[in-house]
Amino acid sequence: MAMQIADSVSLSVSDAKARAAAARDNLRTEPRAVRIVIIALAVTFLTVFVVLPLVVVFAHAFSKGILAYLAALAEPEALAAIRLTLLVAAISVGLNLVFGLVAAWAIAKFDFPGKTFLITLIDLPFSVSPVISGLVFVLLFGAQGYFGGWLRDHDIQILFAVPGIALATTFVTFPFVARALIPLMQEQGTQEEEAAISLGASGLQTFFRVTLPNIKWGVLYGVLLCNARAMGEFGAVSVVSGHIRGETNTMPLLVEILYNEYHFVAAFAIASLLAMLALITLIAKTVLERHLDEGYAGDH
Amino acid sequence: MSAIAARRRTLPGFGLTMGLTLSWLSVMILIPLAGLFLKSLELSPEQFWNILSSRRTLNALRVSFGLAFAAACINLVMGSIIVWALVRYRFPGRRLFDAIVDVPFALPTAVAGVALTALFAEKGWLGAPLAALGIKVAFTPVGIFVAMIFIGIPFVVRTVQPVLQDLDPEIEEAAGSLGANRWQTITRVILPSLAPALLTGLALAFARAVGEYGSVIFIAGNLPNVSEIAPLLIVIRLSEFRYADATAIAVVMLVVSFVVILAVNRLQRWAQSRVPAR
Repeated sequence: MAMQIADSVSLSVSDAKARAAAARDNLRTEPRAVRIVIIALAVTFLTVFVVLPLVVVFAHAFSKGILAYLAALAEPEALAAIRLTLLVAAISVGLNLVFGLVAAWAIAKFDFPGKTFLITLIDLPFSVSPVISGLVFVLLFGAQGYFGGWLRDHDIQILFAVPGIALATTFVTFPFVARALIPLMQEQGTQEEEAAISLGASGLQTFFRVTLPNIKWGVLYGVLLCNARAMGEFGAVSVVSGHIRGETNTMPLLVEILYNEYHFVAAFAIASLLAMLALITLIAKTVLERHLDEGYAGDH
Repeated sequence: MSAIAARRRTLPGFGLTMGLTLSWLSVMILIPLAGLFLKSLELSPEQFWNILSSRRTLNALRVSFGLAFAAACINLVMGSIIVWALVRYRFPGRRLFDAIVDVPFALPTAVAGVALTALFAEKGWLGAPLAALGIKVAFTPVGIFVAMIFIGIPFVVRTVQPVLQDLDPEIEEAAGSLGANRWQTITRVILPSLAPALLTGLALAFARAVGEYGSVIFIAGNLPNVSEIAPLLIVIRLSEFRYADATAIAVVMLVVSFVVILAVNRLQRWAQSRVPAR
């Protein structure tokens, strides 16, 4: 009763403007029941397919207590896998960082025909199955491969060793840094660099003192995503690694081996480290995206 | 126009950086991929055909392509619903859910694989209730389907989300005030504007799921002819030193990937031609 009176009072005092605004909003939204169903569907789907798999990793990793968890991570095999993963990621990220900077300079700062096609070629590894990314190096450097005989004669080991793992990882992470930098550097144009050159700076001075400070967040962003993929790559590395225990197993490969041998706590302990890497990457990515948005906005 | 081109050339280093870019691109990407195609040319057409038409290969390709397409369709529908909820509504935890959409991008595939298997195994948190209903997920083709859905979510969401955010609200208001009901506005005004982005998301999710290996093989069961995906068959043929078989399957998958890239490029051009630049 009181509510009805309040309603009629508020109706009587509401001005035409408010009603018009409400009518405008009504044109752009759905009935309350529909809204609730859509939100519930979205939240349920993301919970089942994204949240629960993440939670299950940590639940299984700690299922026998924190001591079992730490013991699993202190195993020599686990430490060897962590070391190898860090080494391979350092090589791949380093190579792709240099390539990304060089390619972004050529593509973003100059006009030339076929630019779109060149970017498509750089993007290729994104659309190649990880297994095929490994296979191409087996066909090049394997015993029956194009360079297999030559490598054997010269006693050089690429496949089933660190160089092969680093090559396959570099292949799958190839586009990350370049793709982060090209749009950013295109947006920033060439005026500052031209000013530096006309004031007598050399090309390298211009790059390190003018360009690099402008794109530092973009560089970090590319390195972050490149590193996450490099440390987590499974399919390509699996094909070229040879799975030599304590030698050529990266962390994702060790997860597979421990899991297949029913060492579930150990498998999920290693998996939890990789899951934490993924979560830290996502948080850092969100922070960097804010910096990058400012960088883009500051230019307008 | 030519003045701009001339001015751009005043920066140094084009020859050097372009040369390095093309060389490194060739060494790392183009030559290895060309090697794969060259290897496949060593096969006679009959050999190539015999490999591809063998029952096991056909079934593996059918499982990979069929389930990847089905999963991409689910991603299209659920991805649209997720985008709509994230862009149009305010609810508690919205920003968190927005952020975790990227988890399938960031989580290493082997971790996703063991996690999904643990979740959907007969004694798992979701597998147990599903088993009570008579639905077996892990170690069946349904498991492959689930893993492919997981891996494809961000592709649809992240492709469609910016387009819906940028959609001009006045178009909808116009449709509404001209007498269209909400359903008509969504199906006849909003969906056509989102169509290129939706199709791009579908294509990207499909391409990723077809080639996916790590998150699938743990949950798949890997029974030949039933739940064996094409990438796994490549790995198996390699371990048997049947390089020709591995190469033939890989070439088919690569060609499909290239077709998808072309389709996505076309879609993007279509999208740019329809939506006036803002």
